[in-house]
Amino acid sequence: MNRKVLVISEIRGGALRNVSLEALSAARLVAEGGEVATVVFGSTAAQQAAVLAQHGADRVYVASNPQFDQYTADAYAQGIHAAIEAFGPDVIFAGHTGIGKDVAPRVAGRLGLGLVSDVTAIALEDGEIIFTRPIYAGKAFQTKKFRGGTVFATIRPNNIATLQPDASREAVVTELAVEVRELRAVVKDVVRKTAGKIDLTEAKIIVSGGRGVKSADGFQVLQALADVLGAAIGASRGACDAGYADYSLQIGQTGKVVTPELYIACGISGAIQHLAGMSNSRVIVAINKDPEAPIFQVCDYGIVGDLFEVVPLLTSAIRELLNEK
Amino acid sequence: MQIIVLMKQTFDTEEKVVIEGGAIREDGVNFIINPYDEYAVEEAIKIKEQTGGEVTIVTVGSSRSESAIRTALAMGADQAILIEQEADADEYTIAQLIVAALKDKPFDLILGGNMAVDSGAGQVAIRVAEALGIAHVGSITKLTLSGRTATVERDAEGDVETIEVALPFLATAQQGLNEPRYPSLPGIMKAKKKPLEVTSAANLGLDADAIRARTVVLNQYLPAKKTAGKVLSGNLAEQAQTLAQLLRQEANVI
Repeated sequence: MNRKVLVISEIRGGALRNVSLEALSAARLVAEGGEVATVVFGSTAAQQAAVLAQHGADRVYVASNPQFDQYTADAYAQGIHAAIEAFGPDVIFAGHTGIGKDVAPRVAGRLGLGLVSDVTAIALEDGEIIFTRPIYAGKAFQTKKFRGGTVFATIRPNNIATLQPDASREAVVTELAVEVRELRAVVKDVVRKTAGKIDLTEAKIIVSGGRGVKSADGFQVLQALADVLGAAIGASRGACDAGYADYSLQIGQTGKVVTPELYIACGISGAIQHLAGMSNSRVIVAINKDPEAPIFQVCDYGIVGDLFEVVPLLTSAIRELLNEK
Repeated sequence: MQIIVLMKQTFDTEEKVVIEGGAIREDGVNFIINPYDEYAVEEAIKIKEQTGGEVTIVTVGSSRSESAIRTALAMGADQAILIEQEADADEYTIAQLIVAALKDKPFDLILGGNMAVDSGAGQVAIRVAEALGIAHVGSITKLTLSGRTATVERDAEGDVETIEVALPFLATAQQGLNEPRYPSLPGIMKAKKKPLEVTSAANLGLDADAIRARTVVLNQYLPAKKTAGKVLSGNLAEQAQTLAQLLRQEANVI
């Protein structure tokens, strides 16, 4: 079919976000031989050009205006619009991240485009691009396609397979000059609660605690397991409301939605709103004192027991297993 | 202070989802104000109580949405506009219906929820801001007004951004913005008499072709039922060992 695809890439903590690399893989799939371009923002953007090329970009637009170092809807909407004008894509992909979900509708509105948000799968069928996405808090799924015109979608992190990078690939790198018009919403301060922690939405393994953890200190037991697994720590809303964990760790309908390979739920009962945030995990382990806890209905493996006994035992068992290799 | 609240009626997320003929079955389901929109309604009413003014609810939906509208009016909103949902509609369509309904209606602030729990897309409010030529801040957890300047806290994937923006602007609400009130009995009685204007695309002078959905839903389905998981047995130490083995050999995750 030969489509021109533009990927809006994101840099976080000095590196490209995984979802941008996933989006590039999806872009190569739907391009069907057509040109894949990406736009990346900020004063460190140029440094990412090589990695973007290796992951599938034929062309990298670098918008290195330092005003892009802090996200604002106004600046990014202008920058993305400039990239779209420069490249003329048939398809546009972005990650469904804090930035993607905020700016994509703005850009879609500006250009009169449709937009499919939070897709978990992208496929080609009879020459058309078919998107799959969750609805009703993940209790159901829908498939969608575009009637015509420019295709635009935001992609949920951790759901699209990333192609193997090709170290020999190179891209044409172009500086995209964007004159950022006056910013209407001005960021005065940012409190980073997530710096240095593994991004939950991109983590492959998550160890998560609920009310059963009983205290902030109780999370140390989970942290020991997470350390052995190289996992991120998450929490249920109940644990956050009770002050055992910061809200930045909350997984669920009103927190983060995650799709790890392995989700270990400790002392989490499994309320619908929590499941909405993690039910798509590939493997779910539940550890809970209460054999009737709803989480046991959705887990792949369950242990009924006190997490303060079970989790340390599991930590040693896994440590031994990993040392054996 | 004229405040517009964009509000949608949705399924209660506790509801079981049943699919019939590729579509979600709606009879017997309990419908509620979209929880994120409820924070927006509450915030608007709080601001009105402090600074005076009016809160107008704007909803795109069917006559079924009226119950949600009356609840918002009972909480303290002053009037509402219900725009009939087009059959062939997506977020592109819905935003245009709202923008047309707001034409000639003055506003200082527009609030909405950061997403609807049924669609999970979170597009409409932001599209409306773009069409109206105003700034937006998404996913706010705090809003303070000082004259014509708003200071908001935004939830940026766990980080907290403090942002200043001039009125008029649009904000979408994240959980934690406030605790929505329950409508009082006097509120419920008053709500019955508050003005509800019902309109449609045709009434608003919109061309059906121009606003027709850009995207189409092909199918809706339930996820494959997970086969029952294994709840392990034996003493806890044995279970832990077994689990570690299974995670490696069977599940291939470690």
